[in-house]
Amino acid sequence: MDLKPMTTKERLAIPRQTMPAQDPAKRVQNFNEVNLGYTPEMAQKEAMRCIQCKDPICIKGCPVNIKIDKFIKLIAEGNFLGAAKKIKEDNILPAICGRVCPQEDQCEKVCVLTKKYTPVAIGNLERFAADYEREHGHIELPEVKPATGKKVAVIGSGPAGLSCANDLARLGHSVTVFEALHELGGVLMYGIPEFRLPKDIVKIEIEGLKKIGVEFVANTVVGRSVTIDELLKDEHFDAVFIGVGAGLPWFMGIPGENLLGVYAANEFLTRVNLMQSYTFPENDTPVFNCKGKNIAIFGGGNTAMDAVRTAKRLGAEHAYIVYRRSEAEMPARAEEIHNAKEEGIEFLLLMNPVEFIGNEQQWLTGVKCIRMELGEPDDSGRRKPVPVKGSEFVLPVDMAVVSIGNGSNPLIKQTTPEIEVSKRDTIVVDINTMATSKDNVYAGGDIVTGGATVILAMGAGRTAAKAIHEKLMGLASDFQEW
Amino acid sequence: MYNIVSAIFLAENIKKIEIQAPRIAKKRKAGQFVMIRTGEHGERIPLTIAGSDPEQGTITIIVQGMGKSTRELNLKETGDTIHDIVGPLGTPSHIENFGTAVSIGGGVGSAIAYPTAVALKEAGNYVITINGARTRDLVILEDEMKAVSDEAYITTDDGSYGFHGFVTQKLQELIDSGKTIDYVLAIGPIPMMKAVAEVTRPYGIHTVVSLNPVMVDGTGMCGGCRVTVDNETRFACVDGPEFDAHKVDFKNLSDRNRMYLPEEKQSVEAFSHKCHLGQQH
Repeated sequence: MDLKPMTTKERLAIPRQTMPAQDPAKRVQNFNEVNLGYTPEMAQKEAMRCIQCKDPICIKGCPVNIKIDKFIKLIAEGNFLGAAKKIKEDNILPAICGRVCPQEDQCEKVCVLTKKYTPVAIGNLERFAADYEREHGHIELPEVKPATGKKVAVIGSGPAGLSCANDLARLGHSVTVFEALHELGGVLMYGIPEFRLPKDIVKIEIEGLKKIGVEFVANTVVGRSVTIDELLKDEHFDAVFIGVGAGLPWFMGIPGENLLGVYAANEFLTRVNLMQSYTFPENDTPVFNCKGKNIAIFGGGNTAMDAVRTAKRLGAEHAYIVYRRSEAEMPARAEEIHNAKEEGIEFLLLMNPVEFIGNEQQWLTGVKCIRMELGEPDDSGRRKPVPVKGSEFVLPVDMAVVSIGNGSNPLIKQTTPEIEVSKRDTIVVDINTMATSKDNVYAGGDIVTGGATVILAMGAGRTAAKAIHEKLMGLASDFQEW
Repeated sequence: MYNIVSAIFLAENIKKIEIQAPRIAKKRKAGQFVMIRTGEHGERIPLTIAGSDPEQGTITIIVQGMGKSTRELNLKETGDTIHDIVGPLGTPSHIENFGTAVSIGGGVGSAIAYPTAVALKEAGNYVITINGARTRDLVILEDEMKAVSDEAYITTDDGSYGFHGFVTQKLQELIDSGKTIDYVLAIGPIPMMKAVAEVTRPYGIHTVVSLNPVMVDGTGMCGGCRVTVDNETRFACVDGPEFDAHKVDFKNLSDRNRMYLPEEKQSVEAFSHKCHLGQQH
């Protein structure tokens, strides 16, 4: 590739490189990853679109402040391994974040090219660098500082826990991560489907943490198998980070919700992703047989998109998204909505379920829905959907998935009552340090924010790691203690 | 991997398995359960903890071979391993000195009723146990139950041992004899628990049942184990598994437990076939 300096005009003339993807008709028949990744040529070309701003505001748009300008420059120069290393200074899970981050709302949203052109495909480039490094077997271990003798327990091996564990381990602390499930990775394993985030990638990124000394203990539910007090007192941990993620799913509270064939998204996705029921009977866990059936998912977030596209891959004849607002208000990433549409997902917008209807055997046969129209903006700033009187009708479906969010897991609250929680039972923290109301106990991720994104959870994990390190090493800038 | 330190049949198809799991052994209280995954491709299934030895770091489960996973578990021998085990899960039994407490176990439900009977006894209750089975050969934990009971009864459906009839008939007999009963715990097949609830309802006797819905994670994440109690949705894995018997919608529970019957049948058939082939070699 020609490396002579390019003018800004030349850079801007390069079109944004489209990520190659599996053909929609083909991909709905398998669980393989949809996006196929850039070739090195495409990556370099895309990287050259970056005009290397003096004040790269994209970095401020990133919750973990990846040095975006620098790693993109390295890709443009063809130094792909160097780019991966640069990203890893700030983000330990680039292969994951490059795939699941909502870049269009973060780094790419503020890219200076966005106004007049299309933004640099920062997410695609991040993914490329991480994949290149992994596929070329050059995963370099980061530098680890000498042991401090301090012990930190991290509860939950999802994005918040992993990022917190990584930073603390690199600072020389001894870190043990406790995971409730039998597999490590939390939502990355049970929630996000294989076709969006291959599980092998998650496993390899976790292996990297093991290599820098992080210890993982699966099958341990903090609050039940061991309490936070026991970790601090009996097992002599100096600090605890709680990153247990979201808890019990919300239901809509409408009649018939406990009929056979009605799932919460968490259950449906856990069966398919974590327990791999799409291979049943090879794996023992079954899931509703979607072949030739009509399936409706209620909700408009990323989880709803994951569930509906999963149902389609399991052979659903009709797979619907039923959402009470319009597409503009959908919280899901634009890319996921686009992918879903390409795969033949049918969007039933401005529609709300009022009752699940079952047969004699209590199997779901349909959902009574009512049409909605948008009224005045509500608390969230989005126009509030209002039911249209007399517009009820029955949508015939064989399986339904409720995907309207999660509450908080009650276990920590039950067993460590001195940790302050909000009305919604999320843990209350000081957002600068992620410290909870209990000494030496920190928290971050969905247990603090309610359902959010992988990258926000990772950002919280990092903030906490920094604060824990400062506290344990006596570097805390908290004068109140003096 | 978790080591099995002992595995013995208590009755045909009912096996008592002791597993090395020190954290669980130390923490577990009566009424709590573990999630077990027998092998790498296994389901996560909930099994109530029948007992534990904190010193040895072991817990005991008692398993009846029903579906594929429980049959697979029952093939395990001393020295074998179990892939995954997590717990103790669920809210422990609410134990206090109620006065006179009746603990009823039906079939393998006796294994679950037993630890709670022990706890009730320790709390100072006058403990009556009713240990029901289809036939004499299926009666389990007879001596153990006797040891914690002030009165111990055995019932068999076919009259081959003890009282001839159902546990509910024995319970009714006790009530009719004028005994004051303050608390009833019933654990067993859904029809049995429902029948016990109906026996005690007219007398307003506080009655508790332990529910066994289908679970996946068992830790309060998936919502699969929801049951209807007092017309509200509750989650058996964190709110239960024990609930007020008079408020449980048993029909909804038994309906929901039928959700994967065809798949369970398919799994069992494939498994039996495999075992059969194995025996031929």
